Amino acid sequence: MFKHDSIEKNVGLMMVLMMLAISVGGLVEIIPLFFINDTIEKVDGVRPYTPLELRGRDIYVREGCFLCHSQMIRPFRDEQLRYGHYSLAAESQYDHPFQWGSKRTGPDLARVGKKYSNEWQVAHLMDPQSMVPESVMPHYGFLEKTPLDYSDVGDRMAALRLTGVPYSSNQAEYDSNVKQFGEDVAKMLDIRNAQKNLVDQAQNGFGGAPGNYDGDASNITEMDALVAYLQVLGTMVDFKKYDNDQFVKYR
Amino acid sequence: MSHATESKFQNTTGHVWDDDLQEYNNPLPAWWLWTFYATIIFALIYWFMYPSWPVGKGFLTGTNTIEYVNDKGEKKVSHWNTRALLMQDMNEAAAKQKPYFDKVAATPFDKINADPELKGFIVSAGKVLFQDNCAACHQSGGQGKFGFAPNLTDDDWLYGGSYDKIQETITNGRHGIMPAKGGNASLTDAQVTALANYVLSLSGEQMDAAKVQQGDELFHGAGACFGCHGADGKGNQAIGSANLTDKIWLWANVPGAKTADEKVAAVKAVINSGLNKGVMPAWKGRLSDEQIKLLAVYVHELGGGK
Repeated sequence: MFKHDSIEKNVGLMMVLMMLAISVGGLVEIIPLFFINDTIEKVDGVRPYTPLELRGRDIYVREGCFLCHSQMIRPFRDEQLRYGHYSLAAESQYDHPFQWGSKRTGPDLARVGKKYSNEWQVAHLMDPQSMVPESVMPHYGFLEKTPLDYSDVGDRMAALRLTGVPYSSNQAEYDSNVKQFGEDVAKMLDIRNAQKNLVDQAQNGFGGAPGNYDGDASNITEMDALVAYLQVLGTMVDFKKYDNDQFVKYR
Repeated sequence: MSHATESKFQNTTGHVWDDDLQEYNNPLPAWWLWTFYATIIFALIYWFMYPSWPVGKGFLTGTNTIEYVNDKGEKKVSHWNTRALLMQDMNEAAAKQKPYFDKVAATPFDKINADPELKGFIVSAGKVLFQDNCAACHQSGGQGKFGFAPNLTDDDWLYGGSYDKIQETITNGRHGIMPAKGGNASLTDAQVTALANYVLSLSGEQMDAAKVQQGDELFHGAGACFGCHGADGKGNQAIGSANLTDKIWLWANVPGAKTADEKVAAVKAVINSGLNKGVMPAWKGRLSDEQIKLLAVYVHELGGGK
Protein backbone atom coordinates (compact mmCIF):
# COMPACT_ATOMS: atom_id res chain seq x y z
CA MET A 1 0.00 0.00 0.00
CA PHE A 2 1.40 3.37 -1.12
CA LYS A 3 1.82 6.14 1.29
CA HIS A 4 1.60 9.67 -0.06
CA ASP A 5 4.83 10.34 1.74
CA SER A 6 6.73 7.74 -0.22
CA ILE A 7 5.51 9.13 -3.57
CA GLU A 8 6.54 12.64 -2.67
CA LYS A 9 9.99 11.54 -1.70
CA ASN A 10 10.55 9.53 -4.90
CA VAL A 11 10.72 11.86 -7.91
CA GLY A 12 10.91 9.05 -10.48
CA LEU A 13 7.84 7.33 -9.13
CA MET A 14 5.98 10.63 -8.89
CA MET A 15 6.72 11.43 -12.55
CA VAL A 16 5.45 8.07 -13.71
CA LEU A 17 2.28 8.37 -11.66
CA MET A 18 1.72 11.95 -12.83
CA MET A 19 2.04 10.89 -16.46
CA LEU A 20 -0.46 8.09 -15.91
CA ALA A 21 -2.92 10.44 -14.23
CA ILE A 22 -2.65 13.01 -17.02
CA SER A 23 -2.95 10.46 -19.84
CA VAL A 24 -6.25 9.18 -18.49
CA GLY A 25 -8.06 12.23 -19.85
CA GLY A 26 -6.66 11.75 -23.34
CA LEU A 27 -6.99 7.99 -23.42
CA VAL A 28 -10.62 8.07 -22.32
CA GLU A 29 -11.41 10.34 -25.25
CA ILE A 30 -9.27 8.71 -27.91
CA ILE A 31 -9.34 4.94 -27.40
CA PRO A 32 -13.11 4.45 -27.75
CA LEU A 33 -12.97 6.03 -31.23
CA PHE A 34 -11.07 3.00 -32.44
CA PHE A 35 -13.87 0.71 -31.35
CA ILE A 36 -17.07 2.64 -32.02
CA ASN A 37 -18.60 1.69 -35.38
CA ASP A 38 -19.48 4.51 -37.73
CA THR A 39 -16.96 7.12 -36.57
CA ILE A 40 -15.91 7.43 -40.21
CA GLU A 41 -18.84 7.97 -42.53
CA LYS A 42 -19.37 5.55 -45.38
CA VAL A 43 -19.23 7.63 -48.56
CA ASP A 44 -18.15 7.07 -52.15
CA GLY A 45 -15.51 9.05 -53.93
CA VAL A 46 -12.88 9.78 -51.30
CA ARG A 47 -9.50 8.74 -52.68
CA PRO A 48 -5.86 9.37 -51.79
CA TYR A 49 -4.22 12.32 -53.54
CA THR A 50 -2.57 11.84 -56.92
CA PRO A 51 1.22 12.40 -57.00
CA LEU A 52 0.82 15.99 -58.26
CA GLU A 53 -1.85 16.83 -55.69
CA LEU A 54 0.29 15.24 -53.01
CA ARG A 55 3.26 17.47 -53.87
CA GLY A 56 0.86 20.41 -53.86
CA ARG A 57 -0.25 19.42 -50.41
CA ASP A 58 3.36 19.24 -49.25
CA ILE A 59 3.84 22.81 -50.50
CA TYR A 60 0.66 23.85 -48.69
CA VAL A 61 2.12 22.45 -45.49
CA ARG A 62 5.60 23.85 -46.17
CA GLU A 63 4.27 27.37 -46.71
CA GLY A 64 2.22 27.12 -43.53
CA CYS A 65 -1.12 27.78 -45.23
CA PHE A 66 -2.79 25.98 -42.31
CA LEU A 67 -1.72 28.80 -40.02
CA CYS A 68 -4.33 31.07 -41.58
CA HIS A 69 -6.66 28.69 -43.41
CA SER A 70 -8.67 25.91 -41.82
CA GLN A 71 -10.01 22.93 -43.73
CA MET A 72 -12.87 22.06 -41.45
CA ILE A 73 -16.39 23.27 -42.08
CA ARG A 74 -18.28 22.87 -38.85
CA PRO A 75 -21.95 21.89 -38.74
CA PHE A 76 -23.25 25.42 -38.20
CA ARG A 77 -25.73 27.21 -40.42
CA ASP A 78 -23.51 30.20 -41.18
CA GLU A 79 -20.62 27.94 -42.22
CA GLN A 80 -22.88 25.73 -44.30
CA LEU A 81 -24.18 28.78 -46.17
CA ARG A 82 -20.76 30.26 -46.78
CA TYR A 83 -18.54 27.25 -47.35
CA GLY A 84 -20.84 24.35 -48.20
CA HIS A 85 -21.57 20.99 -46.61
CA TYR A 86 -19.84 20.38 -43.29
CA SER A 87 -16.63 18.39 -43.48
CA LEU A 88 -16.80 14.64 -42.93
CA ALA A 89 -14.27 12.55 -41.06
CA ALA A 90 -14.15 10.36 -44.16
CA GLU A 91 -12.91 13.26 -46.26
CA SER A 92 -9.66 13.56 -44.36
CA GLN A 93 -9.09 9.86 -43.84
CA TYR A 94 -6.06 9.88 -46.17
CA ASP A 95 -4.62 13.15 -44.82
CA HIS A 96 -1.49 12.64 -42.74
CA PRO A 97 -1.33 14.99 -40.99
CA PHE A 98 -4.81 16.40 -41.47
CA GLN A 99 -5.09 20.11 -42.31
CA TRP A 100 -8.14 20.95 -40.19
CA GLY A 101 -6.35 23.90 -38.67
CA SER A 102 -7.65 26.02 -35.85
CA LYS A 103 -7.22 29.55 -37.15
CA ARG A 104 -9.11 31.46 -39.80
CA THR A 105 -7.33 34.64 -40.74
CA GLY A 106 -8.36 33.70 -44.27
CA PRO A 107 -11.44 31.72 -45.25
CA ASP A 108 -11.89 28.01 -44.76
CA LEU A 109 -10.55 26.04 -47.74
CA ALA A 110 -12.19 22.65 -47.17
CA ARG A 111 -14.41 23.09 -50.26
CA VAL A 112 -12.49 25.63 -52.28
CA GLY A 113 -11.92 23.10 -55.09
CA LYS A 114 -13.52 24.16 -58.39
CA LYS A 115 -15.02 27.26 -56.77
CA TYR A 116 -12.65 29.48 -58.74
CA SER A 117 -10.84 28.91 -62.02
CA ASN A 118 -7.18 27.82 -62.14
CA GLU A 119 -6.44 31.22 -63.59
CA TRP A 120 -7.96 32.92 -60.55
CA GLN A 121 -6.00 30.72 -58.16
CA VAL A 122 -2.73 31.55 -59.93
CA ALA A 123 -3.44 35.29 -60.14
CA HIS A 124 -4.54 35.30 -56.51
CA LEU A 125 -1.48 33.41 -55.27
CA MET A 126 0.81 35.75 -57.20
CA ASP A 127 -0.86 38.89 -55.84
CA PRO A 128 -3.85 38.30 -53.56
CA GLN A 129 -4.66 42.01 -53.29
CA SER A 130 -5.15 42.25 -57.05
CA MET A 131 -8.17 39.97 -56.65
CA VAL A 132 -9.33 40.78 -53.14
CA PRO A 133 -8.22 44.32 -52.26
CA GLU A 134 -8.86 43.94 -48.53
CA SER A 135 -6.85 40.70 -48.26
CA VAL A 136 -3.82 40.48 -45.96
CA MET A 137 -2.43 37.35 -47.58
CA PRO A 138 1.27 37.36 -48.52
CA HIS A 139 2.38 36.96 -52.14
CA TYR A 140 3.41 33.55 -53.43
CA GLY A 141 4.66 34.51 -56.88
CA PHE A 142 7.87 32.58 -56.37
CA LEU A 143 5.91 29.32 -56.68
CA GLU A 144 5.43 30.14 -60.35
CA LYS A 145 9.19 30.47 -60.81
CA THR A 146 10.21 27.43 -58.77
CA PRO A 147 10.38 24.20 -60.76
CA LEU A 148 8.65 21.38 -58.92
CA ASP A 149 11.07 18.81 -57.51
CA TYR A 150 9.23 15.56 -57.98
CA SER A 151 12.22 13.22 -57.93
CA ASP A 152 11.20 11.88 -54.53
CA VAL A 153 7.45 11.75 -54.99
CA GLY A 154 7.51 7.94 -54.97
CA ASP A 155 9.28 7.95 -51.59
CA ARG A 156 6.70 10.35 -50.22
CA MET A 157 3.92 8.03 -51.35
CA ALA A 158 5.72 5.03 -49.88
CA ALA A 159 5.97 6.84 -46.55
CA LEU A 160 2.24 7.55 -46.56
CA ARG A 161 1.62 3.93 -47.50
CA LEU A 162 3.20 2.96 -44.17
CA THR A 163 0.58 5.03 -42.38
CA GLY A 164 -2.21 3.17 -44.15
CA VAL A 165 -2.87 5.26 -47.25
CA PRO A 166 -3.59 2.75 -50.03
CA TYR A 167 -0.87 3.69 -52.51
CA SER A 168 0.08 0.50 -54.32
CA SER A 169 3.58 -0.86 -54.62
CA ASN A 170 2.80 -4.23 -56.17
CA GLN A 171 0.31 -5.88 -58.47
CA ALA A 172 -1.92 -7.25 -55.70
CA GLU A 173 -2.31 -3.83 -54.09
CA TYR A 174 -2.91 -2.27 -57.50
CA ASP A 175 -5.66 -4.78 -58.22
CA SER A 176 -7.33 -4.06 -54.92
CA ASN A 177 -7.18 -0.32 -55.70
CA VAL A 178 -8.82 -0.96 -59.07
CA LYS A 179 -11.64 -2.66 -57.19
CA GLN A 180 -11.95 0.14 -54.63
CA PHE A 181 -11.33 3.29 -56.68
CA GLY A 182 -11.69 2.24 -60.33
CA GLU A 183 -8.92 1.88 -62.88
CA ASP A 184 -8.25 5.56 -63.64
CA VAL A 185 -7.64 6.42 -60.02
CA ALA A 186 -5.80 3.17 -59.24
CA LYS A 187 -3.25 3.97 -61.96
CA MET A 188 -2.56 7.31 -60.26
CA LEU A 189 -2.00 5.61 -56.90
CA ASP A 190 0.70 3.31 -58.23
CA ILE A 191 4.00 4.22 -56.57
CA ARG A 192 5.95 2.53 -59.35
CA ASN A 193 4.69 5.07 -61.91
CA ALA A 194 4.56 8.06 -59.60
CA GLN A 195 6.82 10.41 -61.54
CA LYS A 196 5.32 9.54 -64.89
CA ASN A 197 1.80 10.07 -63.53
CA LEU A 198 2.77 13.38 -61.97
CA VAL A 199 4.12 14.71 -65.24
CA ASP A 200 1.11 13.37 -67.10
CA GLN A 201 -1.36 15.11 -64.79
CA ALA A 202 0.59 18.37 -64.86
CA GLN A 203 0.45 18.37 -68.66
CA ASN A 204 -2.85 16.72 -69.48
CA GLY A 205 -4.96 16.97 -66.34
CA PHE A 206 -6.85 14.27 -64.52
CA GLY A 207 -10.44 13.34 -63.78
CA GLY A 208 -12.02 15.74 -66.25
CA ALA A 209 -9.89 18.72 -65.23
CA PRO A 210 -7.52 20.05 -67.89
CA GLY A 211 -3.81 20.08 -67.05
CA ASN A 212 -1.37 22.96 -67.12
CA TYR A 213 -2.73 24.38 -63.89
CA ASP A 214 -0.56 27.50 -63.82
CA GLY A 215 -1.22 28.51 -67.42
CA ASP A 216 2.41 28.03 -68.43
CA ALA A 217 2.78 24.75 -70.28
CA SER A 218 6.54 24.98 -70.70
CA ASN A 219 7.44 23.58 -67.29
CA ILE A 220 6.07 22.00 -64.13
CA THR A 221 6.26 24.43 -61.23
CA GLU A 222 5.27 24.37 -57.60
CA MET A 223 2.34 26.53 -58.67
CA ASP A 224 1.01 23.68 -60.84
CA ALA A 225 1.12 21.33 -57.88
CA LEU A 226 -0.46 23.71 -55.37
CA VAL A 227 -3.30 24.69 -57.71
CA ALA A 228 -3.95 21.03 -58.56
CA TYR A 229 -4.23 20.36 -54.82
CA LEU A 230 -6.48 23.37 -54.13
CA GLN A 231 -8.79 22.41 -56.99
CA VAL A 232 -9.46 18.94 -55.58
CA LEU A 233 -10.22 20.09 -52.02
CA GLY A 234 -13.69 19.05 -50.93
CA THR A 235 -14.75 17.87 -54.37
CA MET A 236 -14.37 14.12 -53.92
CA VAL A 237 -17.75 13.44 -52.31
CA ASP A 238 -20.83 14.15 -54.41
CA PHE A 239 -23.31 15.28 -51.76
CA LYS A 240 -26.14 15.32 -54.29
CA LYS A 241 -26.12 11.53 -54.04
CA TYR A 242 -27.08 11.58 -50.38
CA ASP A 243 -30.01 12.78 -48.31
CA ASN A 244 -29.17 15.94 -46.47
CA ASP A 245 -29.43 14.10 -43.17
CA GLN A 246 -27.43 11.07 -44.32
CA PHE A 247 -24.53 11.86 -42.00
CA VAL A 248 -26.49 12.70 -38.87
CA LYS A 249 -26.46 9.11 -37.71
CA TYR A 250 -22.67 9.00 -37.59
CA ARG A 251 -22.55 11.33 -34.59
CA MET B 1 17.49 18.14 6.54
CA SER B 2 16.01 17.24 9.84
CA HIS B 3 12.65 15.59 10.11
CA ALA B 4 12.01 16.97 13.48
CA THR B 5 9.54 16.83 16.13
CA GLU B 6 5.98 17.87 16.70
CA SER B 7 4.48 21.13 15.49
CA LYS B 8 4.01 24.01 17.83
CA PHE B 9 1.01 25.37 15.85
CA GLN B 10 -2.61 24.27 15.57
CA ASN B 11 -4.11 23.02 12.26
CA THR B 12 -0.90 21.93 10.62
CA THR B 13 -0.13 18.63 8.91
CA GLY B 14 1.94 17.82 11.93
CA HIS B 15 5.29 17.66 10.18
CA VAL B 16 8.13 20.07 10.67
CA TRP B 17 10.93 20.32 8.11
CA ASP B 18 14.20 22.16 8.48
CA ASP B 19 13.56 23.16 12.04
CA ASP B 20 10.57 25.44 11.50
CA LEU B 21 9.02 24.80 8.08
CA GLN B 22 5.42 23.67 8.54
CA GLU B 23 2.30 23.23 6.44
CA TYR B 24 -1.16 24.45 7.42
CA ASN B 25 -3.96 21.97 7.07
CA ASN B 26 -6.96 24.34 6.91
CA PRO B 27 -10.27 23.12 5.52
CA LEU B 28 -11.22 24.28 1.99
CA PRO B 29 -13.56 27.28 1.81
CA ALA B 30 -17.16 26.10 1.96
CA TRP B 31 -18.24 27.98 -1.21
CA TRP B 32 -15.45 26.32 -3.16
CA LEU B 33 -16.23 22.87 -1.84
CA TRP B 34 -19.93 23.13 -2.66
CA THR B 35 -19.21 24.47 -6.17
CA PHE B 36 -16.97 21.48 -6.66
CA TYR B 37 -19.75 19.08 -5.61
CA ALA B 38 -22.19 20.96 -7.86
CA THR B 39 -19.97 20.44 -10.91
CA ILE B 40 -19.90 16.70 -10.17
CA ILE B 41 -23.68 16.63 -10.00
CA PHE B 42 -23.85 18.66 -13.22
CA ALA B 43 -21.60 16.11 -14.93
CA LEU B 44 -23.85 13.23 -13.82
CA ILE B 45 -26.94 14.96 -15.23
CA TYR B 46 -25.03 15.80 -18.42
CA TRP B 47 -24.02 12.15 -18.91
CA PHE B 48 -27.65 11.20 -18.57
CA MET B 49 -28.97 13.73 -21.11
CA TYR B 50 -26.24 14.01 -23.74
CA PRO B 51 -24.00 11.54 -25.63
CA SER B 52 -21.30 10.52 -23.19
CA TRP B 53 -19.69 7.22 -22.32
CA PRO B 54 -18.49 4.70 -24.89
CA VAL B 55 -20.14 1.31 -24.43
CA GLY B 56 -18.88 -1.57 -26.54
CA LYS B 57 -19.13 -0.56 -30.19
CA GLY B 58 -21.46 2.33 -29.52
CA PHE B 59 -21.99 4.94 -26.89
CA LEU B 60 -24.65 6.20 -24.49
CA THR B 61 -26.72 8.57 -26.61
CA GLY B 62 -28.47 10.34 -23.74
CA THR B 63 -32.14 11.16 -23.29
CA ASN B 64 -32.08 14.48 -25.10
CA THR B 65 -33.48 14.30 -28.64
CA ILE B 66 -33.76 16.57 -31.66
CA GLU B 67 -36.56 16.56 -34.22
CA TYR B 68 -35.97 17.69 -37.77
CA VAL B 69 -37.27 17.22 -41.29
CA ASN B 70 -34.90 16.02 -44.03
CA ASP B 71 -34.97 17.04 -47.68
CA LYS B 72 -37.34 14.20 -48.50
CA GLY B 73 -39.83 15.68 -46.07
CA GLU B 74 -39.44 12.80 -43.59
CA LYS B 75 -39.73 13.69 -39.94
CA LYS B 76 -36.81 12.26 -37.99
CA VAL B 77 -35.86 12.10 -34.35
CA SER B 78 -32.21 11.81 -33.44
CA HIS B 79 -30.24 11.73 -30.23
CA TRP B 80 -28.67 15.09 -29.51
CA ASN B 81 -25.73 15.89 -31.77
CA THR B 82 -24.47 18.93 -33.63
CA ARG B 83 -25.37 17.58 -37.05
CA ALA B 84 -29.01 17.03 -36.07
CA LEU B 85 -28.95 20.44 -34.42
CA LEU B 86 -27.81 21.91 -37.73
CA MET B 87 -30.70 20.18 -39.53
CA GLN B 88 -33.11 21.73 -37.05
CA ASP B 89 -31.49 25.13 -37.44
CA MET B 90 -31.66 24.89 -41.25
CA ASN B 91 -35.30 23.78 -41.02
CA GLU B 92 -36.21 26.85 -38.99
CA ALA B 93 -34.36 29.23 -41.30
CA ALA B 94 -35.80 27.54 -44.39
CA ALA B 95 -39.31 27.87 -42.99
CA LYS B 96 -38.78 31.59 -42.50
CA GLN B 97 -37.31 32.06 -45.99
CA LYS B 98 -39.69 29.69 -47.74
CA PRO B 99 -42.38 32.24 -48.65
CA TYR B 100 -39.71 34.36 -50.32
CA PHE B 101 -37.92 31.54 -52.12
CA ASP B 102 -41.23 30.10 -53.29
CA LYS B 103 -42.08 33.49 -54.66
CA VAL B 104 -38.69 33.79 -56.37
CA ALA B 105 -39.18 30.39 -58.00
CA ALA B 106 -42.75 31.13 -59.04
CA THR B 107 -42.31 34.68 -60.32
CA PRO B 108 -41.14 35.01 -63.93
CA PHE B 109 -38.23 37.40 -64.40
CA ASP B 110 -40.24 40.16 -66.03
CA LYS B 111 -42.74 40.24 -63.15
CA ILE B 112 -40.16 40.66 -60.39
CA ASN B 113 -39.84 44.41 -60.77
CA ALA B 114 -43.58 44.79 -60.14
CA ASP B 115 -43.18 43.43 -56.60
CA PRO B 116 -41.09 45.81 -54.46
CA GLU B 117 -41.03 43.53 -51.44
CA LEU B 118 -39.72 40.59 -53.46
CA LYS B 119 -37.25 42.85 -55.19
CA GLY B 120 -35.99 44.04 -51.83
CA PHE B 121 -35.43 40.48 -50.68
CA ILE B 122 -33.64 39.58 -53.91
CA VAL B 123 -31.30 42.55 -53.78
CA SER B 124 -30.29 42.00 -50.16
CA ALA B 125 -30.03 38.20 -50.41
CA GLY B 126 -28.35 38.52 -53.81
CA LYS B 127 -25.74 40.85 -52.39
CA VAL B 128 -24.72 38.29 -49.77
CA LEU B 129 -24.52 35.51 -52.36
CA PHE B 130 -22.59 37.76 -54.72
CA GLN B 131 -20.00 38.66 -52.09
CA ASP B 132 -19.50 35.01 -51.14
CA ASN B 133 -19.30 33.57 -54.62
CA CYS B 134 -18.83 36.14 -57.36
CA ALA B 135 -16.84 39.01 -55.85
CA ALA B 136 -13.58 37.07 -55.91
CA CYS B 137 -13.40 37.62 -59.68
CA HIS B 138 -15.97 40.30 -60.53
CA GLN B 139 -15.00 42.33 -57.44
CA SER B 140 -17.30 43.41 -54.69
CA GLY B 141 -19.19 46.04 -56.66
CA GLY B 142 -19.44 43.90 -59.79
CA GLN B 143 -17.06 46.28 -61.54
CA GLY B 144 -15.00 43.40 -62.85
CA LYS B 145 -11.28 43.22 -63.22
CA PHE B 146 -9.35 44.24 -66.28
CA GLY B 147 -7.61 41.28 -67.89
CA PHE B 148 -9.59 38.86 -65.82
CA ALA B 149 -13.33 39.14 -65.39
CA PRO B 150 -15.81 41.40 -67.20
CA ASN B 151 -17.54 44.39 -65.68
CA LEU B 152 -21.12 43.50 -64.77
CA THR B 153 -22.31 47.03 -64.20
CA ASP B 154 -22.12 48.25 -67.79
CA ASP B 155 -24.43 47.26 -70.64
CA ASP B 156 -21.75 45.42 -72.61
CA TRP B 157 -22.31 41.69 -72.44
CA LEU B 158 -20.17 38.91 -73.88
CA TYR B 159 -22.84 36.23 -73.60
CA GLY B 160 -25.96 38.33 -73.34
CA GLY B 161 -27.41 40.47 -70.60
CA SER B 162 -30.97 39.20 -70.47
CA TYR B 163 -32.21 37.49 -67.29
CA ASP B 164 -32.22 34.12 -69.04
CA LYS B 165 -28.72 34.52 -70.44
CA ILE B 166 -27.28 35.63 -67.11
CA GLN B 167 -28.97 32.69 -65.43
CA GLU B 168 -27.53 30.35 -68.07
CA THR B 169 -24.06 31.82 -67.59
CA ILE B 170 -24.15 31.35 -63.82
CA THR B 171 -25.61 27.86 -64.03
CA ASN B 172 -23.23 26.34 -66.56
CA GLY B 173 -20.22 28.61 -66.39
CA ARG B 174 -18.32 29.99 -69.39
CA HIS B 175 -14.98 29.43 -71.01
CA GLY B 176 -13.80 31.98 -73.54
CA ILE B 177 -11.50 30.70 -76.27
CA MET B 178 -9.88 32.57 -79.14
CA PRO B 179 -7.35 30.60 -81.18
CA ALA B 180 -3.94 32.23 -81.62
CA LYS B 181 -4.05 34.39 -84.77
CA GLY B 182 -7.61 33.24 -85.23
CA GLY B 183 -6.35 29.77 -86.06
CA ASN B 184 -4.36 30.95 -89.05
CA ALA B 185 -0.77 30.46 -87.92
CA SER B 186 0.61 31.62 -91.28
CA LEU B 187 -0.28 35.27 -90.61
CA THR B 188 2.90 37.34 -90.66
CA ASP B 189 3.83 39.93 -88.10
CA ALA B 190 3.04 42.71 -90.57
CA GLN B 191 -0.38 41.22 -91.20
CA VAL B 192 -1.11 41.00 -87.47
CA THR B 193 -0.02 44.63 -87.14
CA ALA B 194 -2.44 45.58 -89.90
CA LEU B 195 -5.23 43.62 -88.20
CA ALA B 196 -4.53 45.37 -84.90
CA ASN B 197 -4.75 48.73 -86.66
CA TYR B 198 -8.08 47.77 -88.21
CA VAL B 199 -9.48 46.46 -84.91
CA LEU B 200 -8.50 49.70 -83.17
CA SER B 201 -10.08 51.76 -85.94
CA LEU B 202 -13.37 49.93 -85.32
CA SER B 203 -13.73 51.67 -81.98
CA GLY B 204 -12.92 55.08 -83.39
CA GLU B 205 -9.13 55.21 -82.93
CA GLN B 206 -7.32 57.26 -85.58
CA MET B 207 -5.00 54.76 -87.23
CA ASP B 208 -2.78 54.57 -90.31
CA ALA B 209 -5.22 54.41 -93.24
CA ALA B 210 -3.16 52.04 -95.37
CA LYS B 211 -2.74 49.54 -92.56
CA VAL B 212 -6.43 49.81 -91.66
CA GLN B 213 -7.28 49.04 -95.28
CA GLN B 214 -4.99 46.01 -95.29
CA GLY B 215 -6.37 44.89 -91.91
CA ASP B 216 -9.93 45.27 -93.15
CA GLU B 217 -9.18 42.86 -95.98
CA LEU B 218 -7.50 40.38 -93.67
CA PHE B 219 -10.32 40.64 -91.10
CA HIS B 220 -12.87 39.67 -93.71
CA GLY B 221 -10.52 37.42 -95.67
CA ALA B 222 -7.48 35.37 -94.77
CA GLY B 223 -7.67 36.15 -91.06
CA ALA B 224 -11.24 34.88 -90.91
CA CYS B 225 -11.83 37.08 -87.85
CA PHE B 226 -15.36 37.80 -89.07
CA GLY B 227 -16.24 34.14 -88.46
CA CYS B 228 -16.55 34.85 -84.73
CA HIS B 229 -16.51 38.61 -84.39
CA GLY B 230 -18.99 39.17 -87.23
CA ALA B 231 -18.57 41.10 -90.47
CA ASP B 232 -19.28 44.32 -88.61
CA GLY B 233 -16.93 43.39 -85.73
CA LYS B 234 -19.74 43.58 -83.22
CA GLY B 235 -19.16 40.11 -81.86
CA ASN B 236 -21.57 37.25 -81.35
CA GLN B 237 -23.16 36.67 -77.97
CA ALA B 238 -24.05 33.08 -78.85
CA ILE B 239 -20.36 32.17 -78.68
CA GLY B 240 -19.16 34.99 -76.46
CA SER B 241 -16.94 36.70 -79.00
CA ALA B 242 -16.24 40.27 -78.06
CA ASN B 243 -17.74 43.36 -79.61
CA LEU B 244 -14.72 45.16 -81.11
CA THR B 245 -16.55 48.34 -82.03
CA ASP B 246 -17.18 49.66 -78.53
CA LYS B 247 -14.39 51.13 -76.47
CA ILE B 248 -14.65 48.41 -73.83
CA TRP B 249 -11.56 46.26 -73.51
CA LEU B 250 -11.19 43.23 -71.26
CA TRP B 251 -8.01 41.53 -72.45
CA ALA B 252 -6.02 44.00 -74.56
CA ASN B 253 -4.64 46.76 -72.39
CA VAL B 254 -5.70 49.56 -74.72
CA PRO B 255 -6.94 51.87 -71.98
CA GLY B 256 -3.55 51.68 -70.27
CA ALA B 257 -1.61 52.41 -73.47
CA LYS B 258 -0.44 55.97 -73.98
CA THR B 259 0.69 55.97 -77.61
CA ALA B 260 -0.79 54.48 -80.77
CA ASP B 261 2.15 52.06 -80.95
CA GLU B 262 1.40 50.77 -77.45
CA LYS B 263 -2.23 50.28 -78.36
CA VAL B 264 -1.28 48.31 -81.44
CA ALA B 265 1.14 46.23 -79.37
CA ALA B 266 -1.58 45.49 -76.79
CA VAL B 267 -4.01 44.25 -79.43
CA LYS B 268 -1.29 42.35 -81.25
CA ALA B 269 -0.42 40.50 -78.05
CA VAL B 270 -3.96 39.15 -77.82
CA ILE B 271 -4.15 38.24 -81.52
CA ASN B 272 -0.78 36.50 -81.40
CA SER B 273 -1.35 34.40 -78.32
CA GLY B 274 -5.11 33.99 -78.57
CA LEU B 275 -7.18 33.56 -75.45
CA ASN B 276 -7.79 30.46 -73.44
CA LYS B 277 -8.81 32.09 -70.23
CA GLY B 278 -11.85 33.85 -68.98
CA VAL B 279 -13.03 30.67 -67.29
CA MET B 280 -16.15 31.13 -65.24
CA PRO B 281 -16.92 28.04 -63.13
CA ALA B 282 -20.35 26.40 -63.29
CA TRP B 283 -22.33 27.10 -60.14
CA LYS B 284 -25.11 24.56 -60.51
CA GLY B 285 -23.38 22.08 -58.22
CA ARG B 286 -22.74 24.64 -55.52
CA LEU B 287 -25.83 26.85 -55.52
CA SER B 288 -29.52 25.93 -55.62
CA ASP B 289 -31.73 26.88 -58.56
CA GLU B 290 -33.42 29.58 -56.48
CA GLN B 291 -30.07 31.02 -55.44
CA ILE B 292 -28.91 31.16 -59.06
CA LYS B 293 -32.15 32.83 -60.13
CA LEU B 294 -31.73 35.31 -57.31
CA LEU B 295 -28.17 36.07 -58.40
CA ALA B 296 -29.27 36.46 -62.02
CA VAL B 297 -31.70 39.17 -60.96
CA TYR B 298 -29.08 40.80 -58.72
CA VAL B 299 -26.50 40.90 -61.53
CA HIS B 300 -29.11 42.11 -64.00
CA GLU B 301 -29.96 44.96 -61.65
CA LEU B 302 -26.34 45.98 -61.15
CA GLY B 303 -26.87 48.43 -63.92
CA GLY B 304 -26.53 46.87 -67.31
CA GLY B 305 -29.27 44.25 -67.60
CA LYS B 306 -31.09 44.03 -70.88
